[in-house]
Amino acid sequence: MKKRGCKPHSLPDNSGSNAEDGAPESDNKGSRNWDMTRREFVASAGIVTGGFAVGFPVHAVAGPIGENSASLAITINSQAHELSIDPRVTLLDLLRENLNLTGTKKGCDHGQCGACTVLVNGRRINSCLSLAVVHDGDDIKTIEGFAEGKELHPLQAAFLEYDGLQCGYCTPGQICSASALLDEHKRGDASVVTPDLRSAGPADLTSDEIRERMSGNICRCGAYPGIVAAIQSVRTNSVEPRVKG
Amino acid sequence: MNPFTYERVHEPELAIDSIIKPGSSKFLAGGTNLIDLMKNGVERPDRLVDINRLNLATIESLPDGGLRLGALARNADTANDPLVRQKYPLLSRSILSGASPQLRNLATNGGNLLQRTRCPYFMDPGFAKCNKRDYGSGCGALEGFNRSHAIFGASERCIATHPSDMCVALAALEAKIRVRGRKGERTIPFADFHRLPGETPQIDTTLQRDELILSIDLPASPYADHSHYLKVRDRASYEFALVSVAVGLELEEDQIRSARIALGGVAHKPWRCDETERGLVGKKMSKELFEAAGEQAVSGARTYQYNKFKVEMASRAVAQALSVAGGFA
Repeated sequence: MKKRGCKPHSLPDNSGSNAEDGAPESDNKGSRNWDMTRREFVASAGIVTGGFAVGFPVHAVAGPIGENSASLAITINSQAHELSIDPRVTLLDLLRENLNLTGTKKGCDHGQCGACTVLVNGRRINSCLSLAVVHDGDDIKTIEGFAEGKELHPLQAAFLEYDGLQCGYCTPGQICSASALLDEHKRGDASVVTPDLRSAGPADLTSDEIRERMSGNICRCGAYPGIVAAIQSVRTNSVEPRVKG
Repeated sequence: MNPFTYERVHEPELAIDSIIKPGSSKFLAGGTNLIDLMKNGVERPDRLVDINRLNLATIESLPDGGLRLGALARNADTANDPLVRQKYPLLSRSILSGASPQLRNLATNGGNLLQRTRCPYFMDPGFAKCNKRDYGSGCGALEGFNRSHAIFGASERCIATHPSDMCVALAALEAKIRVRGRKGERTIPFADFHRLPGETPQIDTTLQRDELILSIDLPASPYADHSHYLKVRDRASYEFALVSVAVGLELEEDQIRSARIALGGVAHKPWRCDETERGLVGKKMSKELFEAAGEQAVSGARTYQYNKFKVEMASRAVAQALSVAGGFA
């Protein structure tokens, strides 16, 4: 069995254990049935050892830290949470490290890749560049909130149907982003490739429009044609025959 | 990220009280630039004053026909506001040219004005030299990789450029910045808001320490019918400008009554081309006129080892943007 109970990599480690032991991190919710996942340990260790974390990079601190803790009431995928957190914790780290919602991915951690995209009160944002404490009272939706039980969200189904992914790392961000794109388009938001900004109403959602509106989500596998086709199919509520070859 | 004290304020007066407390303090709005810089250790404030709950997010008409953009209105909401799109499509297009939808949903108008240069020598403390980050350490870009750097208004201390697209349009539209400090409100003309580096490149703007941006006020504009924002960059989207240009033309048939031209990506602040604008007044539009205007706009440019291409690029961008605005292209 792979080693799981390790100290967070952001804290001084005198035990000789290695937090990054190379074990693939399962995002399967079934992993919660284990005695204690690495993340749960990380989160609990943060509470116990949090006092030592001041001055170190904060990735995995769940508990209040000294005098700097801030309270946060936040709803995530329809579930309310009341938390006390270090104000340095980003929304991304709160989701992944504290709440075990590891569907949202950390790519660049600098707002350049879009892997961390989530919906805040229905708007897509980069969760890596937003402190969690700012979101007191907000309603967050992550990729874990898309499927209805075993029923995939239409965008999830379309990404599968049109090969809108290869390795899948950017996919949660792509799907959150695409979901917001469709809402933005429906209400008439323009993009820089919209020919006439002065005319109201939804622009013709061409491939160029989709590409521009999805430009905040990088896919290093280059699954862009599939992503565009998947979004197009959900918008038109149709499954077009796939291009062969 | 360094430890800091977090405060959330609900009134502008309390925001100002907090920002002047001892130690280094920063207002936190969208955070898209500030949090990034804090992660890199470029910014290390003792206190963050969260101003997101201040009532400064509205966009409303002004009695003189202008428009008031709340400092905390998000870039995305500003670009898509019906009044902005109708009366200032130049501003909409410039905002939509920058960053990504996710970032524009977070970033605020006030924060856009205050964003810092993306000069790599500034952004990465691994570089020893940067007068903007560590005053007195020198300028790493001067003799370094300066492809993205300034061709106007730089100094030996700093050759960084201002990264904003929105600000280039605001310069062309002659916006005014309304701010509040301990002594009350004042209004700063856009041209006076951002500074050239001179001897003190660590100071980006003329905003004082106790001052909070309340709004960006746009005067009534005769340029809505004929304006264009052209951005030239290394990739088609989600990239900073190598060169950008905001133009507005007020026309009487083919004749130019007045013109506005501002360049981005070429200086420490949005670079207004007043002389070129004056040279267009009263002239009949033509391809040759616009090409000459482009050449005139870049006269006086000073280049460094890797950014010589920007001169011709800026010249052609001005000619092209004028052509689009005038209905030629």
